[in-house]
Amino acid sequence: MLVVENLTKTFGGVTAVSDVSFTVEKGTTHAVIGPNGAGKTTLFNLITGVYTPTLGSIRLEGVEIGGIAPEKLARRGVSRTFQNLQVSMNLSALENVMTGAHLELNSSLVAAMVRWPGIAAKDRALRARAAELLDFVGCGRYAGADARSMPYGALKRLEIARALAADPKILFLDEPAAGLNHTETHEIEGLIAELGRRGITVVLVEHDMKLVMSVSTRIVVLDYGKKLAEGTPEEIRTNRDVIAAYLGAETEGA
Amino acid sequence: MTSLSFPNLLEPRSPMRFVPLAILVAVLATLPFVLPNVWYFDVAIRIAANITVVIALNLLIGHCGQISLGHAGFFGLGAYGSAILTSLYAWPPMLALAATAIVVGLLAWLVAVAILRLQGHYLAMATLGLGIIVSIVLTNESAFTGGPDGMSVPDFAVFGLRIAGEKAWYWVFAGLVVAAVVFATNIVESPAGRALRALHGSEIAARVVGIDTASFKTRVFALSAVVAAVMGSLSAHYMGFITPGVAGFSKSVELVTMVVVGGLASVWGSVFGAALLTLLPDVLAHLEGWETLAFGMILVATMIFLPRGIVPSLVAFFTKKEG
Repeated sequence: MLVVENLTKTFGGVTAVSDVSFTVEKGTTHAVIGPNGAGKTTLFNLITGVYTPTLGSIRLEGVEIGGIAPEKLARRGVSRTFQNLQVSMNLSALENVMTGAHLELNSSLVAAMVRWPGIAAKDRALRARAAELLDFVGCGRYAGADARSMPYGALKRLEIARALAADPKILFLDEPAAGLNHTETHEIEGLIAELGRRGITVVLVEHDMKLVMSVSTRIVVLDYGKKLAEGTPEEIRTNRDVIAAYLGAETEGA
Repeated sequence: MTSLSFPNLLEPRSPMRFVPLAILVAVLATLPFVLPNVWYFDVAIRIAANITVVIALNLLIGHCGQISLGHAGFFGLGAYGSAILTSLYAWPPMLALAATAIVVGLLAWLVAVAILRLQGHYLAMATLGLGIIVSIVLTNESAFTGGPDGMSVPDFAVFGLRIAGEKAWYWVFAGLVVAAVVFATNIVESPAGRALRALHGSEIAARVVGIDTASFKTRVFALSAVVAAVMGSLSAHYMGFITPGVAGFSKSVELVTMVVVGGLASVWGSVFGAALLTLLPDVLAHLEGWETLAFGMILVATMIFLPRGIVPSLVAFFTKKEG
């Protein structure tokens, strides 16, 4: 489904992502983990079109997508959420979700001006679907709320609902549990597991190891921009390099 | 997890939304029968022209979050385009208006492609520069524009029907206000309108869901410029005489002030903002020397007590909505 090969990104003299390769199979949940500053979010931004790769290739279903702008990637079925919330606070919760399906709708200004037939009916249908999606991510009770009045945890889920509204082929979740308390993290874990059960291909960056271990099919570990390890949660859990990166290496005589 | 029980929410286009529109139409239809003399008609026409321009400008400022300090420039280009083509080249007024609108639209499009990459203050500066360039050209190209002394503009006529005098023009401008309110409301309630607000809220999130933010900003900028140009053309024919002042910087600032005082991203805010700020100088005129102070105080008071603009703040107050 998604093949990343020799992906490299440098900012001036800093190499944020260096020669990273991995493959995401359709219908699996792939996690990218690593200590702070390992290049996880940069990797996400490269794949989702926010940054242009310096070197390497990103192929989605065999088609090169490296360097394609986010608004064009959306047409190819790439959707994502953000580590630092990116919710339109001037919209209601429902409207935020509805923007997710933007590409299905007629967005011509002239057609909108004259209420071109069909626009309103399609929008009403979408409204109902958006409400269902809000319900699915556990934000049903905020359907009528303004985004700015919603608590942080609900906004994190709102982003997932918006991404799902696009009916993506592949969904990128950038730290879905960041800033959430224990209960909320557990709920998000359940939600991501449900996405997996529904056959949605998910790639996530996350710090919460319990969540990562429980929902992931495979895990890629980054450290200083390089791929340190890749494998199933079991393999990663026992990998010496990974343990060293997280807890510090055992030195001679230690 | 509550289940779905928001029938009113699933149907946002309640019949109630026609009430303000009906009131507007009723007021506009009644005014000509209560206004005592042509001076009041003139005020009403000036208000209507401003409302129409401000509604379009609010789509750009309030919805897209892009500031333009150069919209009087487009208004001026419309006014002078029509004036020059009809008086110097004897074009039919309707053709001159359409041609001018198209040219201004293209100009705005080109300018937008270049400057909408800029954000915040830089965008404001670029549009400010554009407005000033237009103003300088209109003042200095006196062979065409008559320079600072201005130029006269022939009457407007369409299909042999001549529009002259305040009372006839009133109906034209009143009709345009209603059209602007209806069209703008339609846009705001459409997926395109939602996309505009979404890109204002979070540009990157909008792009990720497939909203071509650059294209939307360019289109709305061009649209608002065309509306300003058309209103400029019509105002020129109505006034019969124009000076470069119509394109001046202070006029651009006035338009932005109307948007902000009325309420960002509010169609009805534009109506009230433009009406209030057009009326105030006339109402305060009898204060003789104190009108500028009073005008300033009223503006400051509005922004303190109605910080989100007249209409959004009052709506929030009466519906007791959070925010």
